[in-house]
Amino acid sequence: MSQIKFVIEKSPRIQRLIDHLYANMPEIEADRAELVTESYKATEGLPIIKRRSAAFRHILENIPIVIRPDELIVGSNSIAPRGCQTFPEYSYEWLEKEYDTVATREADPFYISPSTVERLKKVYPYWKGKTVSDLAAQSMDEKVLDVFLNHGIFTVGNYFYNGIGHINVDYAKVINCGLEGVMAETREALAKLYIGNGDYLKRKAFLEAVLESCEGVITYAKRYSALAKREADACTDSIRRAELLRISEACAQVPAKPARGFYEACQSFWFIQQLLQCESSGHSISPGRFDQYMYPLFKKDIDSGRETITSAQEYLDCIWVKLNDLNKVRDAASAEGFAGYGLFQNLIVGGQNEEGVDVTNELSYMCMEATVHVRLPQPSLSIRVWNKTPHDLLIKAAAVTREGLGVPAFYNDEVIIPSIMSRGLTLEDARDYCIIGCVEPQKGARTDGWHDAAFFNMCRPLELVFSNGYDKGELIGLQTGDVEKMKTFEEFFEAYKAQQLHFIEMMVHADNAVDYAHSVRCPLPFQSSLCNDCIERGVSLQEGGAHYNFTGPQGFGIANMTDALLAMKTLVFDEKKVTMREMKEALQDNFGKGLIPKKALELTTEVARQLDANGVQVNEEIIRAVYKNITNADSISAEKKARYQEILDMIAALPKYGNDIPEVDAFARQVGNTYTKPFANFTNNRGGVFQAGLYPVSANVPLGYQTGATPDGRLAFTPIADGVGLASGRDVKGPTATANSVARLDHGIASNGTLFNQKFHPSALAGMGGLEKFVAYLRGYFDQKGMHVQYNVVSRETLLDAQKNPEKYKTLVVRVAGYSALFTTLSRSLQDDIINRTEQSGI
Amino acid sequence: MNKDIYSVGGRIFDIQRYSLHDGPGIRTIVFLKGCYLRCRWCCNPESQSYNIEEMTRAGKKEIMGRDVTVGELMDELSGDRRYYERSGGGITLSGGECMAQPDFAEALLRACHDYGFNTAIETTACASRDVVARLLPHVDYFLMDIKHMDSKKHEEFTGRGNEQILENAKFIAENAKNLIIRVPTVPTFNATTDEIAAIARFASSLDGVRELHLLPYHRLGQDKYVGLGRQYLMEGIEPPSNELMADLLKVAKRAAPSLRVQIGG
Repeated sequence: MSQIKFVIEKSPRIQRLIDHLYANMPEIEADRAELVTESYKATEGLPIIKRRSAAFRHILENIPIVIRPDELIVGSNSIAPRGCQTFPEYSYEWLEKEYDTVATREADPFYISPSTVERLKKVYPYWKGKTVSDLAAQSMDEKVLDVFLNHGIFTVGNYFYNGIGHINVDYAKVINCGLEGVMAETREALAKLYIGNGDYLKRKAFLEAVLESCEGVITYAKRYSALAKREADACTDSIRRAELLRISEACAQVPAKPARGFYEACQSFWFIQQLLQCESSGHSISPGRFDQYMYPLFKKDIDSGRETITSAQEYLDCIWVKLNDLNKVRDAASAEGFAGYGLFQNLIVGGQNEEGVDVTNELSYMCMEATVHVRLPQPSLSIRVWNKTPHDLLIKAAAVTREGLGVPAFYNDEVIIPSIMSRGLTLEDARDYCIIGCVEPQKGARTDGWHDAAFFNMCRPLELVFSNGYDKGELIGLQTGDVEKMKTFEEFFEAYKAQQLHFIEMMVHADNAVDYAHSVRCPLPFQSSLCNDCIERGVSLQEGGAHYNFTGPQGFGIANMTDALLAMKTLVFDEKKVTMREMKEALQDNFGKGLIPKKALELTTEVARQLDANGVQVNEEIIRAVYKNITNADSISAEKKARYQEILDMIAALPKYGNDIPEVDAFARQVGNTYTKPFANFTNNRGGVFQAGLYPVSANVPLGYQTGATPDGRLAFTPIADGVGLASGRDVKGPTATANSVARLDHGIASNGTLFNQKFHPSALAGMGGLEKFVAYLRGYFDQKGMHVQYNVVSRETLLDAQKNPEKYKTLVVRVAGYSALFTTLSRSLQDDIINRTEQSGI
Repeated sequence: MNKDIYSVGGRIFDIQRYSLHDGPGIRTIVFLKGCYLRCRWCCNPESQSYNIEEMTRAGKKEIMGRDVTVGELMDELSGDRRYYERSGGGITLSGGECMAQPDFAEALLRACHDYGFNTAIETTACASRDVVARLLPHVDYFLMDIKHMDSKKHEEFTGRGNEQILENAKFIAENAKNLIIRVPTVPTFNATTDEIAAIARFASSLDGVRELHLLPYHRLGQDKYVGLGRQYLMEGIEPPSNELMADLLKVAKRAAPSLRVQIGG
């Protein structure tokens, strides 16, 4: 039996760094907003790319910097630990509305000081009409904008309000050649520009902007070098003094010049990782194949004796802590969709290289060990698995899984490589893929994947079939006809597909409007300089400079729609046990069940408001009565309720997706394809194509909250099934059966990624035998062409206790969806959703 | 291979996939209905009678027991083929007592081998020598209970004496590929140092036995007795404490130094 490799002691420094980071609530700071505004005011009239680099440089020359106690790796975007800056060039109005509530809201609260509010109030007015968000809204067809903002069918909110992010850059180039190397390459490209070409000026401006951005970053590092020197001079503790001097020396060298050893490589990596998130507010800036590009200097230093495994591990741990120092404030609605202060910095280990050789190394193990040491949500640790992955690496991964942190996520090379090759990647590029954000595969440093372009709620088009295209009294969908007149299931299913396609087209347009706005208002010269082929082509990422360009909108609800459509087919069309009218009414009446408390409260408030507006005196008694009526569904007759219960029982007795029933799973595949296949027809404005994913991040909860009851028996406003897993509580045959079902979907076509969550009880992984069996289980799933899987290994009892006693569980990390977050920072409804995912303990 | 085995029918009451503790690797357990014993602590009382019964669970009436052919069963059992292959797992027959349906059990075990799945049975070995001999060649792992060395006490708590069981234990030990002895450790019955030591000594006297598992009594089956309208005779009896189990483990190890002794399967 094997041993768990690379169990290394954790340095006491790491816990001190973590405690410092989590001592207080994260805070919003005003400096970046002020500096970017100052710079924009000074550069009016210049080409936008020049204004961007000037602003970036201005920020880096002036933003306050800090070295936190005990740090070995330095660089923070905010003075406050886990603080954040704001990015008014993307959007700001939502924050103006939330000044008073952002500190107390349910999802991802941030402290904001009165003086910060004052400072923001001074600069924000400048941005009126000038943001990416403004231009996106103006560019979007009015009707599409309305559907996006008000109907809960799809959302493009992430990139509508924020930067794009979702990228992996050429860290290796910076570590090995330095930014001076990047600048030399840029100067070469400048020299090659031919004055006779029509795009000469545009390219020249871009390349000059790259140079200015790199200069800004070098200046920033030098400021850190000087600060460390000053702190060293004032430091009386000789050990810390030596550390500060070493920091000073490293920051004088990198990222301007090549790193001379592993420690400098770590610092160089960090500046890039941090400052990409200062240039833009885009999240999912993913380190990618960290164990590969960091390895040469690691090996060199270990072989020469300059570093030990223990010292190298400490640097890794420091980086892991720093990845949690970065933060981002989102609007309240988006915060629910990305709950848990998620930055989705995905770091992947293991897998094969361009030649198809497994390149697992010591760092692959040490990265996992860092996660165990640090026990925080970032990075999103992933592991690539293929037939030649060493068994020991998987045992290590199983041991990390058992820690209950929700990582690593497992990715199947055997599915992903052909999948992304089908989108035009070469074999070599496909073999070298990394994962961005939650689950999105790409060839790193060559791709602008726009991986998180949108979420699409696959349940809503079905509602529109029942309403013949109407929603909230407005015709927004297609008029697919009176549902009661539909004669065959095929007719009904066609109507669903037509409604869905109608909204998919709208979403594509919405995405392209947002994409256009970014290219016009927020091209990113620094990010572009580190992603191929921007320098060579003299074009920014946002204008299509990357080698590969995609747009990836995610669909979710495949499990609900499979079960719902099959229920319609069986009960209404084939067996005729329920009439269409009955089903329609049952859905409208939520199967005679009361509404969930949150919605009931919301409706009660609305009713009270209307009564009040009509001059009715509203007292507590009336409000109680209204609330009781809504939660008990009192307005529905007992007879109807009884019939609805019969219908629910009939639905419950039907076979469900996720239980290894080949016919049901084959239909699920068809349902998945109704969403994924149409995207082959759509293009984006960076010269790329659309490619679908199947996962919700955590949007299945807020968008479920906007979705009525569905014919699978799902009650109104409750969460929709996450990812490609099954709906809560419908798993009756255990994890192998579920995995078999999931593996029957067409994952390859969903080349933007699919997501499968499973929850295991810790007892299933107990002992070395438990780890061995877990690895076998994973292998068995991947043998059948599953694409991704991730595990929450935490007992239901623990989670329930954490809800009751959050103070005891301040750092309890759980897997949400493609990322992990601190459980106690999640909203109550998302916590409930995680608790209700079926738990597998092994019998 | 005789194709007729696939048409042999039998009666089962449950199938559990992803079983981790009843034989090597990841396994699927088939629970056969009907047993010769009536162990008071039995956590599957619905397994005891061969008759199809109604049991109320969580307020709902469920039918316990269905008749299947080996062929039908193999369709479902082969769903987890990949996991068996990857983990060295396979199929475990439990019950009830599979030896109480010898034709069906034999055919099912042969079919499993036909499919390339290894086989295990959880058995009381309370059956005729002839039945044991019929199954033997088709079983890769025997998980066999020894409950008590005193036949009277055995009869009091299970309804039958232990003579045939102990005889079969010797026979299986001489002929089987793998035999693990399991001891349901039940307070008021056998959870004493003397009794566990006696069982351990007996187990270590058998050739070919390498492992002894002490399985602490639990009350998870209690509600099922209510659901079947039967009385739970173990009412008020607490599961053995961790300390007691640790003591018994020590005693068993001393009495059977050649065996690997563990708590749990």
